[in-house]
Amino acid sequence: MSFLTYLKDGISLGSVYAIIALGYTMVYGIAKMLNFAHGDVIMVGAYVVLMMITRAGLHPLLAVLIAMAACTVLGMTIEMVAYRPLRKAGSPLAVLITAIGVSYLLQNIALLMFGADGKTFINVVSLPSLSLFDGGLVISGTTIVTILANIIIMICLTLFVKKTKQGRAMQAVSEDRDAAQLMGINVNGTISLTFAIGSALAAIAGVLLCSAYPVVTPYTGAMPGIKAFVAAVFGGIGSIPGAMLGGILLGVIEILGRAYISSQVADAIVFGVLIIVLLVKPSGLFGKNVQEKV
Amino acid sequence: MAMLEVDNLHVYYGMIHALKGVSFSVNEGEVIALIGANGAGKTTTLHTITGLLSAKQGSIRFEGKDITKTPAHKIVEMGIAHVPEGRRIFSQLNVYENLIMGAFTRKDKAEIEDSLAMVYRRFPRLEERKNQRAGTLSGGEQQMLAMGRALMSRPKLIVMDEPSMGLSPIFVNEIFDIIQVVSEGGTTVLLVEQNARKALSIADRAYVLETGKVTMEGKADELLHNEAVQKAYLGE
Repeated sequence: MSFLTYLKDGISLGSVYAIIALGYTMVYGIAKMLNFAHGDVIMVGAYVVLMMITRAGLHPLLAVLIAMAACTVLGMTIEMVAYRPLRKAGSPLAVLITAIGVSYLLQNIALLMFGADGKTFINVVSLPSLSLFDGGLVISGTTIVTILANIIIMICLTLFVKKTKQGRAMQAVSEDRDAAQLMGINVNGTISLTFAIGSALAAIAGVLLCSAYPVVTPYTGAMPGIKAFVAAVFGGIGSIPGAMLGGILLGVIEILGRAYISSQVADAIVFGVLIIVLLVKPSGLFGKNVQEKV
Repeated sequence: MAMLEVDNLHVYYGMIHALKGVSFSVNEGEVIALIGANGAGKTTTLHTITGLLSAKQGSIRFEGKDITKTPAHKIVEMGIAHVPEGRRIFSQLNVYENLIMGAFTRKDKAEIEDSLAMVYRRFPRLEERKNQRAGTLSGGEQQMLAMGRALMSRPKLIVMDEPSMGLSPIFVNEIFDIIQVVSEGGTTVLLVEQNARKALSIADRAYVLETGKVTMEGKADELLHNEAVQKAYLGE
């Protein structure tokens, strides 16, 4: 039964990676940039929830909604202030470096406000555990909520992109920014919306991550952010189902690696798998082989 | 008053002075051709009109309104559609989805359906392939799709950039026939073409661009018989 337990933990952790990876993959697909500050938005989301519950005494669900709103505003502001002017200047490298800068900025602001010590996170999920096989496999409420949240988010996002006008605008901007403008699509507005969605999802990911691993530090978002980026590349960056599959596979590999091989090299295994996948299929599992336009 | 008035347009790419005071006008109902060699500034002119590039100096007025600084996505709403060079269809989407994208600024569903029916009537081949991925269409079909997509916004003025480029002679004739049909349907046409003979044969008036300046203008059939034009652009 221990294998099933590890598998369940892997899927749960992977679901968090998948939700973070969605933010990476959508922003890359539409704005053609890697937002390395995305992981740190998770940390901000977690701190906001913690403050809202412990200091303001709000209901956890309300706290999560406020964190989502705060992260949405944060994501849109970062895009507008830090990335948009550089996008106009047309240097992808400058945008990338700025994203790394924003990442450190957020970490250091958190360090200043909350200190370097980890704060104990309060589990916001009050669901009872599920016991299967006469107690052989216990699935915690947090795990159930995490996996369900991942599935619901994936379905909603897919429907949004395929069925709504704003979703179609995203598809158009992702394929050809100039042509999208000629259709009457507001490209800056569409990119802004993408950051808003990705950041709101990051807040959810932050809550779920910290509910399962209940400590928040200013660096809480950094490693999961990098791993989610790996998951997005693994699945094929720009692809929504790719982010989902990549995230879950990554989580499972990490937990199984930790359980059966060594907890010290689990991260090395994760990145090793990425290298192998990219050697065999450079565009990722679901990646399209889109040729660069000249 | 002319429908579109371009006055003393100056456009730069970094240090390169691409348009050096281009002026011309398009009246409602006309077919206007801009002809000229590679690098003369034809595409730059169109991009500046539809807002993909911004002018350093000069003005563009459409139906009396100054649109020099209007962003691209708002210009479509005002009634100018741009069929870009190289077609720029959304290759990952199917034919139908591409056409619907062309009606992005419109809200009335019934009217959009009408326009779709009109485009399918004009391009029966697009209806046959409506569920096919646009990237798998032939060059000529992609050009038809790009034109159909532009018509979906119900433009008053349609701006076309090199619609015949890279097409087989049969398709070239077909495309020019369609441009005439579009014009007869009441849409004003501004056409940029390297195939000067074809362009002049369907245009009312034309302007010749050379290194960022208008060097000649006149009735299309007069330019067609002008010795300098024949020498430079018609290969005679």
